[in-house]
Amino acid sequence: MNSSSIVAETFAKLQQKSRTAWQSLRDRPLILVGTATCGRAAGALEILKVIKEELEKHGIDAQVLEVGCMGHCYAEPLVTVYKPGFPPISYGYVTEGIAGRLVQDFLGGDDPCLEFALAALETNDMVPALTDFPRGMIEKPIILDKCGLIDPEQIEHYIALGGYAAQARALTREPEWVVEEIKASGLRGRGGAGFPTGRKWETCRLAPGEKKYVICNADEGDPGAFMDRAILESNPHEVLEGLAIAAYAVGARQGYFYIRAEYPLAVERVKKAIEQARQAGLLGTNILGSGFSFDVDVFQGSGAFVCGEETALIASMEGEPGLPRHRPPFPATAGLRGRPTVINNVKTLAYVPHIIERGAQWFRETGTAGSPGTAVFALAGKVINTGLAEVPMGTTLRQLVYDVGSGIPKGKSFKAVQIGGPSGGCLPEAALDMPIDFDSLSQAGAMMGSGGMVILDEDDCMVEIARFFLDFTQKESCGKCTMCRLGTRQMLDILEAITKGQGKPGDIELLLELAEDVKAGSLCGLGKTAPNPVLSTIRYFRDEYEAHIKERRCPALMCQELIAYYILPEKCERSCDACVGSCPVEAIYTNEDRVKVIDQQKCVKCASCLEACPPQYKAVVKLSPPELVAERGRKV
Amino acid sequence: MKTVTLTIDGRTVQAREGEKLLWAALENGIYIPNLCAIPGAKHPAAACRLCFVEIEGYPRPVTACTEPVVEGMVVSTRSPRVDRLVHTAFELLLSNHHLDCANCPRNRSCELQRIARERRFPLRVKRLRKLERNLQVDDSSPVVRYDPGKCVLCGRCVWVCREKGTGVLGFARRGFERKVTTFGDVPLGQSGCNGCGECVKVCPVGALTGRDSAAISI
Repeated sequence: MNSSSIVAETFAKLQQKSRTAWQSLRDRPLILVGTATCGRAAGALEILKVIKEELEKHGIDAQVLEVGCMGHCYAEPLVTVYKPGFPPISYGYVTEGIAGRLVQDFLGGDDPCLEFALAALETNDMVPALTDFPRGMIEKPIILDKCGLIDPEQIEHYIALGGYAAQARALTREPEWVVEEIKASGLRGRGGAGFPTGRKWETCRLAPGEKKYVICNADEGDPGAFMDRAILESNPHEVLEGLAIAAYAVGARQGYFYIRAEYPLAVERVKKAIEQARQAGLLGTNILGSGFSFDVDVFQGSGAFVCGEETALIASMEGEPGLPRHRPPFPATAGLRGRPTVINNVKTLAYVPHIIERGAQWFRETGTAGSPGTAVFALAGKVINTGLAEVPMGTTLRQLVYDVGSGIPKGKSFKAVQIGGPSGGCLPEAALDMPIDFDSLSQAGAMMGSGGMVILDEDDCMVEIARFFLDFTQKESCGKCTMCRLGTRQMLDILEAITKGQGKPGDIELLLELAEDVKAGSLCGLGKTAPNPVLSTIRYFRDEYEAHIKERRCPALMCQELIAYYILPEKCERSCDACVGSCPVEAIYTNEDRVKVIDQQKCVKCASCLEACPPQYKAVVKLSPPELVAERGRKV
Repeated sequence: MKTVTLTIDGRTVQAREGEKLLWAALENGIYIPNLCAIPGAKHPAAACRLCFVEIEGYPRPVTACTEPVVEGMVVSTRSPRVDRLVHTAFELLLSNHHLDCANCPRNRSCELQRIARERRFPLRVKRLRKLERNLQVDDSSPVVRYDPGKCVLCGRCVWVCREKGTGVLGFARRGFERKVTTFGDVPLGQSGCNGCGECVKVCPVGALTGRDSAAISI
């Protein structure tokens, strides 16, 4: 028997065993509780406890599984119930009371408690399914397809749903075939820059040297981004399989997961996945009898943003300070310990098994010509449905914000979207109908980045947003090179001055000049992209910068030093004391007309009065510039 | 060893194959501003961002310290794009440098002054804001005086201290807070420094200076 058929036969046995285990889950009612970090933050562990207690109390025979994140983070804690005779139904915003009702009335009785249902997982006549909503119609899950539906700590679940078949398939072919398939698929790195993955692999495969490494980059650190964490917590085997295939393709026998230590649950679940894969013969010596050997370790990064940069990541793994170095040489030819090394993002590796399993052509059917496949976005900020979404490349921002995200909360209007993390850019309303992929985003002055997407509404000041992101990159700069260490600091100082009303004529031009030079002159990707938020906000919202500098006015009424709180005398309900009671510094008093007045000297601008003023009066307003208060006073 | 022929600013020069462009230029008397470059170091730090040049066929300026010479390469050390990048990097360094040339021991032998002279840059901060760091002068060693306010973080002292000294110097912190200091941030006098003075010899500015000029010849 040749090694190909040994691999096929060994894997078939493994698959059979896993399918049996998976089928047995369906024998009795099954309850899935999402316990990824988003679920835990919303109280999923308490819900889990309640469900187990209730089941026991009522003597109901059902299985309870901890699963990952389905992407509907806004609705956490999320519970899905499979009961024979009913479609699988997901329940969102589950409280301990709802959890109790689900056990008693649905599992104990036959009332599916549809008033709490979010959606069914399959089309049926009883409950609208996820795919019946606009979001479900746009989404096309490839790498998120099993997230939230399987127990990430049980390898059988992954295998039963087709997992590791791609690895088994790859092992029966030549490594060159694997590289060619990835090249043909047009897969581009999902870590940010969008470099063709196949070309990276080919470079490493052809690089001289016996010892090679593959690394999964899970150093996700952008404000507002949580895609990599969610995938590792929900389906670590998918990424592990991708890493093993990468190792086979380039000829590496050792691989690493570089995970930031702030992701303890991801670290735990990846470690478990590695252990299970080893026991199943999918890692280690002579994998599935193929003769190929490969093993994986987890390296915990200490959580510096710059360590996501390939050369800094390598330095950090070598025990050096996490500082980037000049490239070339690129890690694919001289990386970890000087050996050829492939470093791929979590999401990039997650696509690999799907491409090997279903073929390059299948992958190219989704997305755009230049950016095939899907994009995973983490929707955060001023959007109703925050969470994860996987949509074909080329989906418009409008579809993402309004259909997937259900629009802006509190009836406010959309202002901009900050896309691509701290080194991405802010795109205005005019860009809403732009199909988004790697190339269109960089043309518009933003970037795909790792897929973080922060949605901003009319209350967000774009100068302040630029200042916020620059503050982040400035603090996370390693400080090695002059342009990034001092250039971003200079820019931050200017932005700070502008938000405080101390901007000078010429500041915008100076910001633009510095931004161009920091972009062109920095040593690594962090510095080269750090000015993007500044450049894009000036490009699309220059009038806001000018209002701050010329009129000392913040149009969005956000910059603390440029606003004042004011009570409209004509709207104040004279007998109401809500604002007075809410003020922590006793700055509000009643004047001779029995109207409430804010003492501007005492006011600390905490907004308590604005929130306390009953909505039927809406008497408290913000004014900018603050001098408007005095003007209003004179008119009265 | 094979040599290659290349053109720098219209002059034909010879260089050892694989040598970095910066050294090829400097050895031939063509000045390119630089602070962090160390002859003999295995990997260029490429940190000061001052040695930008234009190479024919390259889309944008590159650092000469990282670019190996290639047969027939055509290099220009001056161009509007290069001048702008070098000027910005220089201004940024000045904005963070305790400018007090008149009282500085390195007055007239300072590498920043040389760059200003060669490129006709003013030695004061005009366009940018001054970024003060408020770091204390370290006077604890009998031999070496360290003024972190003048340090340009080129790393030459760190390298030479490891190569020839006791290895007490290193970088600490990140971003704007990055600094050259001793292990545990103790004063030089208590750090195990043996006063060899190699760091003083390589410091391009007035950050590390000898306390007694007779003790260390620069």
